[in-house]
Amino acid sequence: MANETIRCECGHENKEGTVLCEACGKPIEKNQHIDGNDQQNVLEMRYEGGARRSQTYKRTFVDKIWAFFSSVKVGVWLIVMTLIFSALGTIYPQEQFKNSPLPSSVFYEEEYGLTGKIFYQLGFHNMYDSWWYIILVALIGVSIIISSIDRYVPLRRALKNQKTKKNEVFVKRQRVVSFDNELSENDLNTLKTNLKKQRYKVHEENGHIFAEKNRFSRWGPYVNHIGLIIILIASIFRMFEVMHIDDYVWVREGEVQAIPGTGQEYFVENNEFIYEVYDPETEERFTRALEDVENPVPKNFQTNATIYRATNDPVLGEKPELERVTEGEIRLNQPVIFDGYSLYQSGTQVESEYNSISMELQVNDESLGGFTFDTDEAPSEFNLEESDTTITIDNWYPELEFTDEGPSSFSKYPRNPGIIFTVSSPDLDEDERFFYLQEEVIPLADNNQANVSVSDVDRRSASGLTVKKDNTLPLFGLGAGIFMIGVLQGLYWYHRRIWIHPKDGSYHIGVHTNKNWYGMNQELDKIRKGTNVKPFVDQQEMK
Amino acid sequence: MGFYELSSLFLNITFFLYLIATAFFGLTLGKNRESNKKSKAIKIAMTFTIIGFASQMTSYIFRWLQAGHIPVSNMFEYIYFFSMMLILAFVVIYFIYGIPALGLIALPIAVVIIGYGSMFPQEISPLVPSLQSNWLYIHVTTVALAQAILSISFIAGLLFLIKRVDQSQSSKETTFLELILFGVVSTIAYIILSSSFGAMDYEATFTKELEEQTVDVTYSMPALFQPHDSELVTEGVFNSGIETPGWMQGADAGLKLNTLVLSLTLGGILYGLLRLILKGRRVSALLNQKFDKINPDIVDDIMYRAIAIGFPLFTLGGLIFASIWAQQAWGRFWGWDPKEVWALVTWLFYAVFLHLRLTRGWHGKKSAWLAVVGFVIIMFNLIVINLVISGLHSYA
Ligand code: HEM
Repeated sequence: MANETIRCECGHENKEGTVLCEACGKPIEKNQHIDGNDQQNVLEMRYEGGARRSQTYKRTFVDKIWAFFSSVKVGVWLIVMTLIFSALGTIYPQEQFKNSPLPSSVFYEEEYGLTGKIFYQLGFHNMYDSWWYIILVALIGVSIIISSIDRYVPLRRALKNQKTKKNEVFVKRQRVVSFDNELSENDLNTLKTNLKKQRYKVHEENGHIFAEKNRFSRWGPYVNHIGLIIILIASIFRMFEVMHIDDYVWVREGEVQAIPGTGQEYFVENNEFIYEVYDPETEERFTRALEDVENPVPKNFQTNATIYRATNDPVLGEKPELERVTEGEIRLNQPVIFDGYSLYQSGTQVESEYNSISMELQVNDESLGGFTFDTDEAPSEFNLEESDTTITIDNWYPELEFTDEGPSSFSKYPRNPGIIFTVSSPDLDEDERFFYLQEEVIPLADNNQANVSVSDVDRRSASGLTVKKDNTLPLFGLGAGIFMIGVLQGLYWYHRRIWIHPKDGSYHIGVHTNKNWYGMNQELDKIRKGTNVKPFVDQQEMK
Repeated sequence: MGFYELSSLFLNITFFLYLIATAFFGLTLGKNRESNKKSKAIKIAMTFTIIGFASQMTSYIFRWLQAGHIPVSNMFEYIYFFSMMLILAFVVIYFIYGIPALGLIALPIAVVIIGYGSMFPQEISPLVPSLQSNWLYIHVTTVALAQAILSISFIAGLLFLIKRVDQSQSSKETTFLELILFGVVSTIAYIILSSSFGAMDYEATFTKELEEQTVDVTYSMPALFQPHDSELVTEGVFNSGIETPGWMQGADAGLKLNTLVLSLTLGGILYGLLRLILKGRRVSALLNQKFDKINPDIVDDIMYRAIAIGFPLFTLGGLIFASIWAQQAWGRFWGWDPKEVWALVTWLFYAVFLHLRLTRGWHGKKSAWLAVVGFVIIMFNLIVINLVISGLHSYA
């Protein structure tokens, strides 16, 4: 890379590729095509005419890559592509939301026909995790970094090197100007006071006046882009397992469960699960709405939980010793948080499981006694001492289902218990078998003497808790915060400058703001007030 | 009278006040009227706008008192709040820039939006557990405010286009302008249809087999398209016998298609009538003539400033607050739910707008078209995503 410099007539050494002299603003003849100044009267002021690498060097491969990614046009295309793909991904549900046992290869076609099939085959059902979506976002990141460096460096140089005394051409070719003003000492003093009142910093050099304010707003885009980059870095971190835990556990009422993802360190006990619905009778203000719906509207899902921590390193199979850490009510929108972990209420099975089933035995209207089958313990035998009766559990199906091979259990959870048991008693001629299912007892023998009935069932609720720990949250928060600061800095304040240039006994005034010309013009009216300055002219006004 | 009734009463009053304001803004139209008559009309129109806003605010507060929570928890309430913020933003812009022609677009749009919103169930609904969070309110109100401010850029953009698109010959630009106007007319057509058939208590119920269950689908407008594989059970009502194509998903697909087609049809008829009255001239050509001269630089500036203010607010409400709420409710701050994706799309779109503004040649008409597209995205977000693609947020 050549490191030539260009010497301006004011004496300042500018870098190759500079459009406007950093010090005095005089256009550098041979570079005017870069910002298109050769075609218009008003000077392009975006990067102060500084030498951007992307516009200066275009020879080597690196130069070309650099120029490509620093182009706002390219950046905008990348964003537009991301935007379009993101939108396309919402046409049908993403795989994770499809809510169907069918595999995706069948689901989309079955459910949505040909368009669904195309959606699936293009991979849109997994859009946001797909490698090309991620690459697209990564390219935006690259583009942000390169374009920001490309502009930040020359912009900072130019703003640092700017002199109070500007070249006449520079002042006259500003967008808003006022030429040939006859100004007295008094006028100049009033001008300066007015400028200060508007919170300008006023500099003077040999009769030249330069007023400037809110230069910091020029850094807004670079600050906000740093915020975006931090967010992108945070998302890269988040792809690694170690940075976050995302697990799920079902806990029945009264049960203690190890919290997955904590390495058997933490345990949760479900003391009580509460489910409430809105009652149209008592909630009068909602009566109107509640009358319209068929199903009850849920009001609260809540798990009263105790969190424990194992105090010893549990040996396999041994029960750990537990120490209470905290207690809390977990509701939707109200997780319990401890040591960086959070537990969220996310699933409910209201009274979906059987805790225990009690049965009574009778022979010829005479009671033989009763027993209670506890589904967790599932004992294999009961002895009713008063009548010397034995009940033997032959088969236990926590979640009964019938397959081709006969009864079996779908899971180990007692959601639909089935029990086959045998009763032996001196009061009976021979042993008799029974089948408990769906809160009824069916005799399996033809002429049974005994009569078994269900006297009581006790059900329980299970609560589904999501376990989360996310070490990337602070980084995301930081990125978002920096982004907001940068955006506010760049969009709510404006960098404004006014140059007052003496020339042969009269004054030319040039004005520049990086945005909000309307506000600038209003401010100029205040600055001009009480002086002899002629009304300002907008040289670029739309006609 | 309870709070609920008071709230409804004030909402109706608001609606009429806005209509009156619109009429007075209408009096500013035309080249031949004297300027001091016009400025009187503007003053009256602004007065009605501000009284209307106060009345809407009152209505809103009564509703709030009745519900016990800020009413932003269903479609009706959201649209209601959005329209209120739109008027607020317009009033603020008016006092900064003083361009009455904006009111001529802002008020009719607010009226149409309120009319649209009132087609949704208006009962105060209880909050399901996932909506019981302060972050939710902060998120929703900020988004509504941001979207209202962003809509101001559309209103300014539309005004810009009405004045600046060359109407001496037809072009792509004139066609698109007519399309926008057709969209507005169709929304009005939808409101007319819903309210008139609603007043007649029109009902046509179909039964349909869906996933081994029989579901009822009730139309409150004549059925041009009945649900796929369905049977009419109501007697003595019109049915064309045309079925909704099977690839449209959901039990309500037919209902939605039917409403859409009917609204567009009536919209087309109304629009055609307008063209007939105008002896074939484009509606936008008429508006171009009738609207007062504008200062294009100032209108362009409003368009940009609205986005410069709306964009950070939208980032805060639509992305940051939304993430905080999602983190609190589900333990995941971002989940690619359709509504979240569309918030991202909106945000990216306005980022594109801001970047293009920095590029030479993108001021003026090009920006104005972008502002229009931005509004289309916001409306798409509000209407289509809520009603058609359902996700976590589909509280409608
Ligand atoms: C989602 C991604 C992006 C967001 C949200 C974003 C946001 C912004 C914002 C708010 C501004 C300030 C605009 C103004 O002051 O009017 C800005 C400026 C800018 N952005 Fe981005 N940006 C993004 C991506 C990019 C990309 C991919 C590029 C690559 C070319 C880029 C290059 C620039 C440049 C060059 C500026 C102007 C700096 C200046 O003129 O001082 N941005 N950006």
